[in-house]
Amino acid sequence: MDRRAIEIIGIVQGVGFRPFVHELATGLGLSGFVKNRAGGVRIEVEGDPRSLDRFLAELTSRPPSPARIEGVRWARRPPRGEPGFRIEPSAGDAAGPIFLAPDVATCDDCLRELFDPRDRRHRYPFLNCAHCGPRLTIIRETPYDRERTTMAAFAMCLDCRSEYEDPRDRRFHAQPIACPACGPRLRLLGGDGRAIESGDPLSDAASALGRGRIVAVKGLGGYHLCCLAGDEGAVAELRRRKHRDEKPLAVMVRDLRWARALGEFDEEERALLASPCRPIVLLRRRPGAPVAVGVSPGGNPRLGVMLPYTPLHHLLMLEVAGAPLVMTSGNPSDEPIAYDDLDAARRLAGIADLILTHDRPIHLRCDDSVSRVVDGAESPIRRSRGSTPLPIDLPVPCPRPTLALGGQLKATFALGRGRHAFLSHHLGDLDRYEAYRAYAEAIGHYERLLAIRPALIVHDLHPDYASTGYARGRPAELPRLAVQHHHAHMASCMAEHGLDEPVLGVTFDGSGYGLDGATWGGEILVGGYLGFRRAAHLRYVAMPGGDRATLEPWRMAASYLADAGVGSSAIRLRASPAELAVVRTMIERRFRSPPTSSVGRLFDAVAALAGLRPRVSYEGQAAMELEWLATGVAADAAYPFEIQQVQGDGPPGAPLQIDHRPLIAEVAAEAGRGRAPAVIARRFHSTLVEMVAEVCLRLRGESGPAKVVLSGGVFLNALLAREITGRLTREEFRVYRHRKVPPNDGGLSLGQLAIGAARDRS
Amino acid sequence: LGHGGGGRATADLIGRLFVPAFGNEVLAALEDQATVRLPGGDGVPAPRIAISTDAFVVRPLFFPGGDIGRLAVHGTINDLVVGGAEPLYLAAAFILEEGLALDDLGRIVASMRDSCAEAGVILVAGDTKVVDRGKGDGVYITTTGVGLAPEGRSLSIRDARPGDRILVSGTIGDHGIAIMSVREGIEFETALESDTAPLGGLVRAMLGACPGIRAMRDPTRGGVSAALNELAAASRVGVTLLEGSIPVRPEVRGACEMLGLDPLDVANEGKLLAVSPPEDADALLAAMRSHPLGRDAAIIGRVVAEHPGMVTLRSVVGGERIVSMLSGEQLPRIC
Ligand SMILES: [Fe+3]
Ligand SMILES: [Mg+2]
Ligand SMILES: [Zn+2]
Ligand SMILES: [Zn+2]
Repeated sequence: MDRRAIEIIGIVQGVGFRPFVHELATGLGLSGFVKNRAGGVRIEVEGDPRSLDRFLAELTSRPPSPARIEGVRWARRPPRGEPGFRIEPSAGDAAGPIFLAPDVATCDDCLRELFDPRDRRHRYPFLNCAHCGPRLTIIRETPYDRERTTMAAFAMCLDCRSEYEDPRDRRFHAQPIACPACGPRLRLLGGDGRAIESGDPLSDAASALGRGRIVAVKGLGGYHLCCLAGDEGAVAELRRRKHRDEKPLAVMVRDLRWARALGEFDEEERALLASPCRPIVLLRRRPGAPVAVGVSPGGNPRLGVMLPYTPLHHLLMLEVAGAPLVMTSGNPSDEPIAYDDLDAARRLAGIADLILTHDRPIHLRCDDSVSRVVDGAESPIRRSRGSTPLPIDLPVPCPRPTLALGGQLKATFALGRGRHAFLSHHLGDLDRYEAYRAYAEAIGHYERLLAIRPALIVHDLHPDYASTGYARGRPAELPRLAVQHHHAHMASCMAEHGLDEPVLGVTFDGSGYGLDGATWGGEILVGGYLGFRRAAHLRYVAMPGGDRATLEPWRMAASYLADAGVGSSAIRLRASPAELAVVRTMIERRFRSPPTSSVGRLFDAVAALAGLRPRVSYEGQAAMELEWLATGVAADAAYPFEIQQVQGDGPPGAPLQIDHRPLIAEVAAEAGRGRAPAVIARRFHSTLVEMVAEVCLRLRGESGPAKVVLSGGVFLNALLAREITGRLTREEFRVYRHRKVPPNDGGLSLGQLAIGAARDRS
Repeated sequence: LGHGGGGRATADLIGRLFVPAFGNEVLAALEDQATVRLPGGDGVPAPRIAISTDAFVVRPLFFPGGDIGRLAVHGTINDLVVGGAEPLYLAAAFILEEGLALDDLGRIVASMRDSCAEAGVILVAGDTKVVDRGKGDGVYITTTGVGLAPEGRSLSIRDARPGDRILVSGTIGDHGIAIMSVREGIEFETALESDTAPLGGLVRAMLGACPGIRAMRDPTRGGVSAALNELAAASRVGVTLLEGSIPVRPEVRGACEMLGLDPLDVANEGKLLAVSPPEDADALLAAMRSHPLGRDAAIIGRVVAEHPGMVTLRSVVGGERIVSMLSGEQLPRIC
């Protein structure tokens, strides 16, 4: 006989963990008890040592799905000889570290009930259990109990109450427990926000969808705008009403069979599609997929597909007989998803013909996550619903509670406590008032929920990011640390992989404020969390009109041509002669033309030179189209380029400069001879691969590190990421790419936190 | 020391260095002009006067619609009139660069004389210094204005209240774009002129029609966005502008697009912003429009209780953007 006392911290409350422990202990013939305590659970078990070992092993290896164990400690205790195993009432002891569960897709058990005519929750759109359902989006305060969620207004019926209190029930302490007798209900509103009498809101909404109408549907983290994905007219109308340029729209399909009809996927992609997080997964679009061209226009070879993740979605997909539905967040572009009922009615008026809503309030808005698989591993694009606020491990623990504020676009923030980094959901473009307000509110909300009061603030070095402005607005006595943008990108990828040693950081990006005041974005850094050396960068060119140049790639083409001394014409650049004259003067006089080393802008220039669009409707569009063109074309020769040590008044060890003038001259010449854009696109990718390889090899020759991290928004480009990895691996570098957070600015806050922690420690 | 584009860097400098150094309430109010009371006594009431000073470093010295001399007169008296004062006297200091053509200086002085006459002020004191060649851009002028601040009249950027309307006296951005285009040799399709003008007459007409005006500002350097951000901060209120209602000449809009500028950030020299109680806004607008310098006046937004200290712009297609006070340098943010 042995007795062990076990302390577990992590997401182990309200996720069916105690029933699981109960079952495990009884199955192994162990006696003792389990009880909730702040931040985790305490277990004491007694029995023969072999069973105790098995108990510990199984406890940590197969906990119920939303549970996540962050730490286990155990110690021997003298046996008491008590009979049986029991669940004890929660202990109200001192506060421990708090963890929160993300929202979890409807589990298989609940799905069976949903479609079982004999079940009392048959066709009930709000069923859930301790293993699934809303979490983060309905919590007002911690500890996580029903009265502190948006379910507080719904009094449990006797049936629900007895399930909730039965330790052997799947719904034991499932806070959002509900049934048709006591829980939330669907309602139907007109496009004007006024209630519509409906005996069956779900089937009325579905039949409107079937007639090609646009319906707003209140989901888990906000309102989606939906229409038939196969209906060209409906999709065009949705884009028109939403003023949504050309960004691809996501499609929800009923199940994996339907997903297969739209896109190709392998085992990893299947697992990602069906994971409890249920992200939108970018699949290779199947030729002849029954989806309107307008869903992802511009020759996009991929399609964003997701599976239903709430009972309401499952029922809706059934009602529309499985027809794939466009599901895009219900908001003007670049603003966070509409979530508040009054606000949604106002914002969606004029966009939706009908609004399918319900009376369970969303407390925290949360956009869908977006992800994909590259080389057999997940490569996140947006980490949001279903993933946040699961902590990510930091390589160096935070000495003090720390808040990292992220960037400007695709904003996320992160709270650090010890070795845990809690990254927020996606908050969008902070230039938008709605987004900024949501950002500021969410910071306060997460600080309260996780009980983290920051004693250090880390922000981007850029003086004009709204996140930097937010940092300035916090009390002046709170210490602030400004981190260079690309250093944070590099650290973000390092942190994910637990690297804490010098690395080569290849950060290819749109823009970031550099130490010299220039706009960086094509950087190869050497260093770690504590500091870095800018080992190489693209040659600076002018960015005529600043951010304007990002939306008008022809400007970057004009700028690169001028730098390379190659003549250009308005016709070639598809600009008016007057525009070109102004832009040339701006470049010549360096007027409103900040210097940049951005790879994103080089992509833009090459895209424009190759004959792709001279103007884009969202940042990065030209670069994506160049990637699509190049994908599937056989590898080809690279264009010429040069690498020089920057001379002059710089200190010794001045950075290498990657000179793209030969590349630009060659691209211009090829385009002039009428070379196919796809060939130019392919060769350009190969050129970037060679640039990186040559710089890394030269740096290794100078005893530089042999580990390389790839970060920055350009590495959303799968072709480039894959080829650089392959090339460097052949040269015996160890290459690391993002697996947990996006390579773009959505992952910035993690890097800031890692740097903040390391600097704070030293 | 960084560049002083009239943005946040300048505001920071003032707040961190100058205000504490001279620590007094009048300066700390950060109005465009200071209102002080001279000592009275012996049955003589203490008069209230307004003082303002401004330095002018414009390049080129002569530009379509004006020159540095006109600007130096208008800039200072406009700061006085938007505070509700009647400008009376002006003093001017000139820093001349060796080699400046006497002819040019003559033209500048004549232009100043005409501008003073037009605005009804008298230049009563002056000073000149000459610096070595290469140490100045031809000429720098600093002017100081003194005016009478009528009893009982108080216009202050701290007085805006939720519900108030924001009015602008005409098209924005004309001056800044005109200057840039001549200075940088950029030829836009239509030639633009600076809007520099003395605003005393317009302000008199406005105060006559609507004595309840809460505040006025001339949105010079830093443009409408800097002026309204200061107002929002000083009054602890929010400001929301309506995109479609802001008068901008098409050629200015076109130029801004080319240069990657927001018209809200571009300097004006003959325009003012006014904050009015909601019930007076229409009468005020009518009074402005019947004055030649206010023909294109418009109500462009309102003061709100939400987002204190912040200015937003509601777009025509929905969605609201933050109009921030930037650091003053052009730093791309799209990543
Ligand atoms: Fe970035
Ligand atoms: Mg002034
Ligand atoms: Zn379930
Ligand atoms: Zn019930």
